[in-house]
Amino acid sequence: MSDVSLTVNGRRVSGTVEDRTLLVHFLRENLGLTGTHVGCDTSQCGACVIHVDGKAVKSCTMLAVQASGSEILTIEGLANGGDLHPVQAAFKEHHGLQCGFCTPGMIMTATDMIARHPEGLDEATVRTELEGNICRCTGYHNIVKAILAASKTMAKGSKTRTKRAA
Amino acid sequence: MYSVHYHRAISVADAVKLLKSGDAQPLSGGMTLIPAMKTRLAAPSDLVDLSHVQELKGIKVSGKTVTIGAGTTHFEVASDEKLKKACPALVHLASLIGDPAVRHRGTIGGSVANNDPAADYPSALLALGATIVTNKREIAADKFFKGLFETALKDGEIITAVTFTAPAKAGYEKFRNPASRYAIVGVFVAKGKDGVRVAVTGAGDDGVFRSKPIEAALAKSFEASALDGVKVPASSLMSDIHASADYRAHLISVMAKRAVVAANAA
Repeated sequence: MSDVSLTVNGRRVSGTVEDRTLLVHFLRENLGLTGTHVGCDTSQCGACVIHVDGKAVKSCTMLAVQASGSEILTIEGLANGGDLHPVQAAFKEHHGLQCGFCTPGMIMTATDMIARHPEGLDEATVRTELEGNICRCTGYHNIVKAILAASKTMAKGSKTRTKRAA
Repeated sequence: MYSVHYHRAISVADAVKLLKSGDAQPLSGGMTLIPAMKTRLAAPSDLVDLSHVQELKGIKVSGKTVTIGAGTTHFEVASDEKLKKACPALVHLASLIGDPAVRHRGTIGGSVANNDPAADYPSALLALGATIVTNKREIAADKFFKGLFETALKDGEIITAVTFTAPAKAGYEKFRNPASRYAIVGVFVAKGKDGVRVAVTGAGDDGVFRSKPIEAALAKSFEASALDGVKVPASSLMSDIHASADYRAHLISVMAKRAVVAANAA
């Protein structure tokens, strides 16, 4: 058993877990954050994508103890109270989901992707970057549309902020 | 997954000590080891986590000499500006490994130590004539890769870095398995101080290897057309559900041509 302490969505949390406990299970079972899904459990589908220290990773392929001391962001930490994050809003607007199972992972991958491409995104880049996320409803078309739209909204938002700051 | 004891190393010396406990294995990004433990293909009693060891991280380019710390992630290799100038082919290779989330965790040291017969990095290190640096010694890539998942590493030996001289020209192309992103055939071509070296991953029945007929043809002329009509023997290639040995032989020459075109364009 090991002690694990993390910052999850801005909140300090700790727990004692078996060393073999996967990070995704710690989030879901110890913390009750069931927005992060286990799809394939073989690091292929991306339903379990979260951010660890600002980088998108597959939480089914990391031990909870490995992450101890890290800052974690899950799908539950994206919205600002009742206001959806721009990526969540774009998925809603563009119907970027059908059954919704892959959606948390898609959105966490999308926010990481948009952050790594401040120059903007095109369709080919979005599709390549989504390689690690599988949607079994085959809803990729609207997912790609939603990510492109969110990327534009967020670029505008950051320009407005820069203007205001200046 | 079987029960396991986790230890977090803070230095290479610390890791060496921790590796003496039970049937311990080093853990870096864990992108192969953790899935292997889930399927019980690997069942170490102890894991020694190297991912918090600062001395294993970072990329240095000094003149033509490139040194990449073993704990450097594929994402860091794929996005390093100095490395992009020194050896764009290696940056391109790293950008093709797995997917973005896998590249954020997986490391060059882990990939090299695992020596998966379809992994990308072994072909680059062999073609670049790289040196694998461990806590005990320096090993030439020619002597490091010993076969399927086999390397020259001894128990308790940890890769600390890989180092190579930037080649005049290099290129890497792979024909990927669309599900796993591993190479069905990957070819790294390099033209440097030791002439032309060409290494193939994903195809050999004994892991990564150098293709002598392709090297001989490219030594005469470093152009894709030099490979027209060059026969790659299928005798020591893998056949599996993804591709037959004959198809892999064909793909080797196609990927080699594309890699040469990429090398000449860079």
